[in-house]
Amino acid sequence: MAILSRGLRSVSTTTISFPTMVLSYIALFAWAFVVLFPLYWLAITSLKTPLDVNSGPFYVPFRDFVPNLDSWHYIFVDLGEDTFRPYLNTVVVGLTSTTITVFIGSMAAYGLVRMRYRVSFGAIASFISGVAIAAVAVVFGAPWPVGVAAGFAVFLLLLNTIARRVKPGVGNDDIAFWMISQRMLPPVAVVIPIYIFFQQLQLLDTWGALIIAYVASHLPIVVWLMRDYFQSVPIELEESAAIDGASPYRIFRSIVLPLAVPGLVATFLFVLVFAWNEYLIALFLTSANAQTLPLTVAAQNATRGPQWWYMSVLILIMIGPVIAMAIALERFIARGLLVGAVKG
Amino acid sequence: MSLAAPVHESLEEEDLPKVSGYVSARERGFRTAASRWRSAGARLDRFAGAVFILPAVLVILAFSIFPLLASLYVSLARLSFSEGGVELKFVGFDNYAKLLVGIDHVHFLGLAGPLTPVSVAVLLAGAALIAFWLYRYSRDQARSVGGFAGRIVVALGAGTLLWLVVTTVMSSGRPGTLVVTVVYVGVDVTVQYLLGLGLALLVVQHLPGRRFFRVVFLLPMMITPVGVAYLFRMLTDTSKGPLYPLWVRFGLTDVSWVTNPWGARLAVMIGDVWQWTPFIFIVLLAAIETLPHELVEAAVVDGANRWQVFWRITFPLILPASSTVVLIRLIEGFKIVDLPNVLTNGGPGTATESLTLHAYTIWRALDIGGSAAVAYMLLIVVTFVGVSYVNLFRRRVTAMA
Repeated sequence: MAILSRGLRSVSTTTISFPTMVLSYIALFAWAFVVLFPLYWLAITSLKTPLDVNSGPFYVPFRDFVPNLDSWHYIFVDLGEDTFRPYLNTVVVGLTSTTITVFIGSMAAYGLVRMRYRVSFGAIASFISGVAIAAVAVVFGAPWPVGVAAGFAVFLLLLNTIARRVKPGVGNDDIAFWMISQRMLPPVAVVIPIYIFFQQLQLLDTWGALIIAYVASHLPIVVWLMRDYFQSVPIELEESAAIDGASPYRIFRSIVLPLAVPGLVATFLFVLVFAWNEYLIALFLTSANAQTLPLTVAAQNATRGPQWWYMSVLILIMIGPVIAMAIALERFIARGLLVGAVKG
Repeated sequence: MSLAAPVHESLEEEDLPKVSGYVSARERGFRTAASRWRSAGARLDRFAGAVFILPAVLVILAFSIFPLLASLYVSLARLSFSEGGVELKFVGFDNYAKLLVGIDHVHFLGLAGPLTPVSVAVLLAGAALIAFWLYRYSRDQARSVGGFAGRIVVALGAGTLLWLVVTTVMSSGRPGTLVVTVVYVGVDVTVQYLLGLGLALLVVQHLPGRRFFRVVFLLPMMITPVGVAYLFRMLTDTSKGPLYPLWVRFGLTDVSWVTNPWGARLAVMIGDVWQWTPFIFIVLLAAIETLPHELVEAAVVDGANRWQVFWRITFPLILPASSTVVLIRLIEGFKIVDLPNVLTNGGPGTATESLTLHAYTIWRALDIGGSAAVAYMLLIVVTFVGVSYVNLFRRRVTAMA
């Protein structure tokens, strides 16, 4: 059967009837137009003078208007340092935070898929008591390290005494849901506490603050997406590796991760995109040094109204690297490594 | 390790039962522990469960609890200017009361219009559906008291939302920010899922040039949301935008769509669909790509047509990934803010204002407490929707797979 189906593959999945093909192409080109036209408009707007933009729609360069590079010159030369510094910040913060997030997140996702956790209600109650003690202490004027230490002590104390008697608890699915629920509070509600948090750590306006904040806020997405990809890795491979004496870490690194590459790549790509484009947290946590590009884009909305021409240039140079990365990584998504591994 | 140990005890992993191989490997590790290195490794293996999950748990704990508590407190307080600075005065549930019954309730909940025959019919149909759903569960073999109580809560919540939507939208009332947000999320996620799935199915076919389309379809997601909002403001401009000939054609240049509440909402929704369809597209694409080919091939050999292959094989197998991506989009969709803010500034009036934008505008007016209260109401609604979705739909889907 295996041989038969392998022989048939070339027949069954590559032949597409002519009408299907035509319809597919019509649909594909239609959506491609929907996607590309706004980008085309950005591109030509970046070549227009303010006068061209404001005096009506001009569609084709050289025919309708004379393209010029004034806006590009302004962004790269006149602004110069004020463009390159945010750019560097965006690259460093985006890549670092994404790498950390995908690493930590896929470990947690693997744990949630292949291992069974039980957190007893006693442990949760002890933890909440600890946090409550810490909060009360801080509200009544204790310095925060003292409050946190007191809370932690209470937590440990309760955990090792009362909590041991409580057996029922929450399982893997509940942990996963708790993680995603962290994203439910709108950022506008949390920016002030987060601002105070980083102020206490004296990390405001640094890469560190943004990286930590982005790792924390994007982790749930990685956990949830990678859970599904790990679930689709055949368990037989892991079992046989375990029988051969591989440790869970080694199984994770040498078997599971390589098999989940399409999922990892997809996840990496859009966590990177989230971090690359994040606006509100960056607005609050950075001022001059660690400012990222989305802030620069929004800053082009001056008192005289949005300066479309500068904005277009900035948006274009922002998506450039991400597009390059998408082209480079697309192969991994497309290759379908899992299928080959099971067969081989 | 000292930090990890106590927490690990509470995690109490039960010998990794799912992968039976792990246990035997560990036993072997102990048995043949010839060197100290080996046994240290074996000990580390025992903690594998904790090692895998603890980093993520600790990071999320550190960043969710403090902001959550702080903003809960703020939502129960009012910012007042006093001598030498500002102070937060505790006011109890005043901020919430203001939203639900007080001066801001038209803004938040909307203004109910008089009932019309159509809206009454829709309400009755909805109520009948919910009642039937509860009745069916009460006949279910696997029913439980907890399950029934949960479903009654869901029924009440869904009924309230339906009543709000119908009375403010269908009966010539005025929808508040809550209803507008629910409409955005409902329409956006549905359209994005259908489009994303369709596009993913189109590009998994072995068509020449499909890799080009894959990359192109990803592009909208990569633009910063603020940028997309400005881009759409540029595109929808009725005098300088590229659609100018269309506006002229339909005689809409003077009656700018920004003055029509549903026109403006439609523009916001189109922008959101444009930007976030790629997200669903790429997740589903990766899910379809990792499906084993054998299943499809076997079905084709057995004479199944494309339609049957999709409904019987592909769709059930990508349901878990679908349910995840829909949940993520639901949660993210409720937080929509950039598009209505930049595109229409929430207008006309407050017609396009989403909950987050509502919170943001109050926040700019320095009513920090009121803003936190809106955010918490949003949190409650999202939690309600999310928990219902996970318990009623997602759990069943993943149990099936």
